[in-house]
Amino acid sequence: MIVSLAVLAGVLYACGVYLLLQRTLTRIIIGLVLLGHGANVLLLVAGGRSAAAPFGGAELIGRVSDPLPQALALTAMVITFGVTALLLTLAYRSWQLTANDEVEDDIEDRRLARRAERASEADESPSAADEVLA
Amino acid sequence: MSILVALPVVLPLLAAGLSLILHRHRLAQRILSTVSVSAVLVTAVVLTVLVDHRGPQAARLGDWPATIGVTLVADRFAAMVLSVSAAMVLAVLVYAIGSPMARDTAQHFHPVYLVLTAGVAMSFLTGDLFNLFVGFEVMLTASYVLMTLGADRAQVRAAMSYVVISLVASMLFLTAVALTYAATGTVNMADLASRLTAIDPAVRHALSLLFLVVFGIKAAIFPLFFWLPDSYPTAPTPVTAIFAGLLTKVGVYAIIRTQTLLFPSSGASRLLLTVAAATMLIGVLGAIAQNDVKRILSFHIVSQIGYMIFGLALFSAAGLAATIFYIGHHIVVKTTLFLVAGLIEEREGTAALDRLGGMVRRQPLLAGLFLLSGLSLAGIPPFSGFIAKLTLVQAGVAAGTDVVVAVSLVVSLLTLFSITKIWAGVFWGEPEDAGLQVRPQPSVALPRLMVVPTVALVAISVAIAANAGSLWALSERAAAGLIDTGPYLEAVLR
Repeated sequence: MIVSLAVLAGVLYACGVYLLLQRTLTRIIIGLVLLGHGANVLLLVAGGRSAAAPFGGAELIGRVSDPLPQALALTAMVITFGVTALLLTLAYRSWQLTANDEVEDDIEDRRLARRAERASEADESPSAADEVLA
Repeated sequence: MSILVALPVVLPLLAAGLSLILHRHRLAQRILSTVSVSAVLVTAVVLTVLVDHRGPQAARLGDWPATIGVTLVADRFAAMVLSVSAAMVLAVLVYAIGSPMARDTAQHFHPVYLVLTAGVAMSFLTGDLFNLFVGFEVMLTASYVLMTLGADRAQVRAAMSYVVISLVASMLFLTAVALTYAATGTVNMADLASRLTAIDPAVRHALSLLFLVVFGIKAAIFPLFFWLPDSYPTAPTPVTAIFAGLLTKVGVYAIIRTQTLLFPSSGASRLLLTVAAATMLIGVLGAIAQNDVKRILSFHIVSQIGYMIFGLALFSAAGLAATIFYIGHHIVVKTTLFLVAGLIEEREGTAALDRLGGMVRRQPLLAGLFLLSGLSLAGIPPFSGFIAKLTLVQAGVAAGTDVVVAVSLVVSLLTLFSITKIWAGVFWGEPEDAGLQVRPQPSVALPRLMVVPTVALVAISVAIAANAGSLWALSERAAAGLIDTGPYLEAVLR
């Protein structure tokens, strides 16, 4: 049981990371959702062997499953749910503004890159630069 | 006593709910935010004094035993950082109230800002690893919303990368918590401190590194800082200022807390030293290459984080005390600089260096504010930055890390250079291209509610320098509390 859960967590992580590296926002979001699921399954795995539902007093320790990781996973799920909703809103807004689903380049980065290109062009043709100066 | 520890978290959350109900009443919202944030500030200061005299205080939520339930703990370090942060939150709040903001934006600003305050306070005060994750998420989710308040194109683009990077870090955090629980069976930090020494050293090192990466992304240390200069400058100024002052420092706080409490003998010192030197250097080089006030300042954040990691990497009482002092100084100065940048932008309509010029004649007050905090950031005597850097360098020399000390001094010089670049571009001379100047309004006075908090922050920064002796002594006591964890553990596990 716990091995299958561990394998499941691994598969979820792998798929999540793969999708995260794509350029379209929807895939990135699905990737993050999968990563979140992977982490939650991992939390359950961290609780050890599955057993009876944890109801009762301290005398049951060892015979019931560990409730703490389940509580943690529940909390994490709620957080992931909220953030995913926000991400979807952002992606929708981005689609509204740019009419496509791709992650845009940073404008300032592009500007700097252009400046570097221009500088290297100037280095290659020093005579042209001299003419301008003259 | 324990109620005091819980108040900084509970109060802003309750106020946030109330603020949502009051969303139609602008004035009521403003008063509510100001009162509750002031109350947090007062609580934090009282807590600092109390903790300084009586040792760490703990609050068990729901009265569960510490190893099962969530515990909030205030020691000197947490209470100090919380006090400084609360002061910044209050100053930026007043600044935000004074700054022109669209009506519907302002409506949503207040509740979300209060949630951010609660998240920051929770991250500082928590004594539980999973609750630290929750605190981070509360803070970050609020920050996502604040960053996209205007929802224009640049903001959405920048926020998207910010949210995705933060979420990846959060998922890694959750993974690290799960693995820690699997290895030790607890998420209470005081309990972990003893249990982690019992497990396989290889597993402990792996966990230590995983936490370092997680908090490294949030703190923007090299090589995990790329998201920061990209996303911070696009947000509204008050938002950028509070992010710059607080969010990365919460990451640094978490690094310090985990490295001193959970992994005190992890042997990460050499790694941290390298990372610190690289962060300082790369950050400041990035700042020099930029051409926009807010972007230069954003790169400075990265560079300054390097200094804080440097002090931690020494793992000595003097190094930690210097880091704590540095964090206090940095939060104030960095927030001030962004507030000044916001005033420049408000007055001239842009923060691009080639479109600005000659402001020293039109806005002498603004020039003075920038000069004081800029020189403090670069570490020129007699400002607070000088004392922070001096103590750090002394600790570094004492520990024999001459190379990193040399790097830190060179970086100071380069910081001064990039501050001079802003000074020359904004306050001296004329715009490079007069045709580009957007809207110079020399006659109109700046909004008073925006100027007053900025002046107050500069005054705080000067006060830090003036009272450096007693504050340094407090930092030393706080550092001693981080190294000798006995009283902390006793307060939590009692």
